[in-house]
Amino acid sequence: MPDRAEKTSTGHIGGVLRSLAESPIWVPLLAILTAMIVGGIVIALTGGNPFAAYAGLLQGALGSKKALSETAVWATPYIFAGLAVALAFKGGLFNIGAEGQLALGAVTAAWIGYALPDVLGVSIPPVIHISLAVGGGMLAGLIWSAIPGALKAYTGGHEVINTIMMNYIALNMTSYLLNGPMKDPSPTNVIARTPQIAESARIPPIFPGLRVHWGFVLALVVAFITWWLLWKTTLGFEIRTVGANPDAARYAGISVKRIIILTMAFSGLLAGLAGAIEVTGLNYRHELGFSIGYGFDAIAIALLGKTHPLGVVLAALLFGAMRNGATRMQFLTQIPVDVISVIQALILLFVAADAIIRYIYRIKAPAERVVLTRGWGG
Amino acid sequence: MDASQSSAASPRISAEPPLVVEMRGIVKRFPGVLANDHVDFELRRGEIHALLGENGAGKSTLMNILSGLYRPDAGTIRVKGQAVSFSSPRDAIRAGIGMVHQHFMLVPSQTVTENILLGLDEPRFRLRLSEYDRVVADLSERFGLKVDPRAKVWQLSVGEQQRVEILKMLYRGADILIMDEPTAVLAPQEIEELFRTLRSMIREGKSVIFISHKLQEVMEIADRITVLRRGRVTAAGLNAKQTTRQELARMMVGREVIFRLDKKPREAGEVVLQVEDLYAENDKGLPALRGVSLIVRSGEIVGLAGVAGNGQRELAQVITGLRKCTAGRVLLHGEVVSNRSPRFSIQRGMAHIPEDRAAVGTAPNLSVTDNVIMKRYRQPPIARRGMLDMAEATRFAERLKEAYEIMVPSVETPVRLLSGGNLQRVILAREISGRPAMLVAVQPTRGLDVGAIEGIQRLLLEQRQAGAAVLLISEELEELLSLSDRLYVIYEGRIMGEVRIPDKGASEDLVEKIGLMMTGTPLEQIEGKGATRE
Repeated sequence: MPDRAEKTSTGHIGGVLRSLAESPIWVPLLAILTAMIVGGIVIALTGGNPFAAYAGLLQGALGSKKALSETAVWATPYIFAGLAVALAFKGGLFNIGAEGQLALGAVTAAWIGYALPDVLGVSIPPVIHISLAVGGGMLAGLIWSAIPGALKAYTGGHEVINTIMMNYIALNMTSYLLNGPMKDPSPTNVIARTPQIAESARIPPIFPGLRVHWGFVLALVVAFITWWLLWKTTLGFEIRTVGANPDAARYAGISVKRIIILTMAFSGLLAGLAGAIEVTGLNYRHELGFSIGYGFDAIAIALLGKTHPLGVVLAALLFGAMRNGATRMQFLTQIPVDVISVIQALILLFVAADAIIRYIYRIKAPAERVVLTRGWGG
Repeated sequence: MDASQSSAASPRISAEPPLVVEMRGIVKRFPGVLANDHVDFELRRGEIHALLGENGAGKSTLMNILSGLYRPDAGTIRVKGQAVSFSSPRDAIRAGIGMVHQHFMLVPSQTVTENILLGLDEPRFRLRLSEYDRVVADLSERFGLKVDPRAKVWQLSVGEQQRVEILKMLYRGADILIMDEPTAVLAPQEIEELFRTLRSMIREGKSVIFISHKLQEVMEIADRITVLRRGRVTAAGLNAKQTTRQELARMMVGREVIFRLDKKPREAGEVVLQVEDLYAENDKGLPALRGVSLIVRSGEIVGLAGVAGNGQRELAQVITGLRKCTAGRVLLHGEVVSNRSPRFSIQRGMAHIPEDRAAVGTAPNLSVTDNVIMKRYRQPPIARRGMLDMAEATRFAERLKEAYEIMVPSVETPVRLLSGGNLQRVILAREISGRPAMLVAVQPTRGLDVGAIEGIQRLLLEQRQAGAAVLLISEELEELLSLSDRLYVIYEGRIMGEVRIPDKGASEDLVEKIGLMMTGTPLEQIEGKGATRE
């Protein structure tokens, strides 16, 4: 008992302060702050004015109705993909494959959006067409991640390796489809992109004149559903138990193989949803380069959000705001948008290597490290 | 010259070896706990001094202070007459103090020699391993610590790994060795070897502090004994030969421990578990069970005795569905449950207290609530149509916390923060609260302190009284003899024989028989010999 107490002691700080200091939100918040400070120094060193830059960023992200709308537009795929990665983490799995699952979700949704009415030879009512396109995208993502899930469950093949490999296959397959069979046939088109999806497959904007669409609301609802699934259902309990200790889960009668496959399948479903919503809600087509990096940013968002659905939403909004505000910042101060990537990378660095943050701000380490995924052998 | 002078100057003192460690008035506070409350401790040269106390009594804290891991809030430490103040284990080892922790700190993929050299300044750049292999071999020979310097650590048994840890400390020049519960992980014959090593070390003039909560061991190995209870010394430097187990137990827990359990006579009922000619392999694919047959009836505790690693683990796993058998079968109430799934057995009334509490029995990062519902989260009232009623789960956990006296501030506490005894109570609460027909208990009291052991044993007897069939797999013969109605002995995957334990306790003759079976002599042979002699 005393041995354990040692690790959580904070010396002379009182009990209230201690529990505050140990609250899980401090590290992410201080990581953001520190990254902004370091980013400011970088801006200053390159001859810019960090205060003007951040003012521009803030204005661009939140300064107007349009800015807010664009922030939500950016945040939408981040929320879905962040939830995908976070859900896998909860089950003790590291889904690096969100990028590929997302791309396949987008391609599938686009095909259903532009080609299905012709294939069937009928026009499809909007609600049904949207559902089919989005559902198809989800299914594509699900299948693509269930494969590494099954490989993990039945052969022990590590999901990190396999999802990376599946990414290569998915991204090259997408590239082939967009340059070949699915390429927009209109004579003026030279870009690797699909034709526009039918009107009936488009998710409408929430407010006329602004780009923010109902997909953003859906993202919030899905975040709630993910939370509900994890903490309010027996399946979520199984996922969390397998994530916490697969041996104990097996001993308690849980089929660990089934849960690994299901967790990966759900994770891929959410990633596929991210791609499908981008197509049906925003771009109305899929184009090579539209979704580059969402799946990887999602890892950062899941980590920054401490793998909790609410944390993921907040982290996704932050990343969305920064991406969105960056353009305004560049316009106002001529500081390149790439600075934002630097800051985002720093945030991730500080969250992942939280010892740095704990050292700078003198926060004591938690009683035990939270293990996100198991080692290569597990 | 010097030595003869000093002994001439004080001839009386040579009978009483000099103090090598003197700790005075050590105080160590942790938030909410006074772990060491003005503790005095002294160690003489060439003695084995046992530090006895329940879990949480402050033994490890005191020794962590001595080995430089913690700094005391107050008090002084003198080592070989010099006042010292350690700020790291490195300082302590420089003063000749080395601690072998309960959990080994070895690199599995490296050789014994590499592990011993790890972190040292010598060798500097070129690893002349073969030279150092010889040094390590010499050292291990000198102290009877048999281990191959070139073997990789993962190839070694737990006992051998412990020897590597000891060698590490000896190589670093430790002459005061702190052993933190060294026997907890060892098989009986390895314990004997360890004791021989410790004795050979004190003959070489080294001194040993032996942390333990096992009375029997302490009586066997220690020259002197210091008892701690709740951070205070209740007995300082008792001579081991002038004390009794009862006296030590009283000082340790503050009350008389009842060693005779209250076991009521009870007729066994119908057969619950039948194991028929069971064969199974271990993790390495080698035969672990070679034709095991046994039965357990309701209302009886059946013991399975044997030296560690003779197939007990595999047998428990096959019975509970965690391992496949290659031949034979397991029947629960006449229904085949072997080679199905853990859930299949659980649903038919199988409960299991696994050997490894933290790695298998619980999910350490999950709460007490999550852990106690782990086998019933699919059933109403906790779950309805796939949805969890966490309020109901919390109420259930609160009830178990009361009924099984789980000492924890809140049922939302992650179980990794619980002590060993409390963790075992969480597991028992989960397993027993389902009123199982069959309970397989593997080493249920291993590593627990006296008070906790008693509580766990009582719970097992209550299960017997309530009509459950209990298979108790243990390496503690004393525990088996005091709890079991019948006893099987397993050796190399075969049952050597079955004996009935009389209600009044086992006779010496019976214990001898069991001992012979544990070392590989089948019962028929033992009794056959007896018959021919008559």
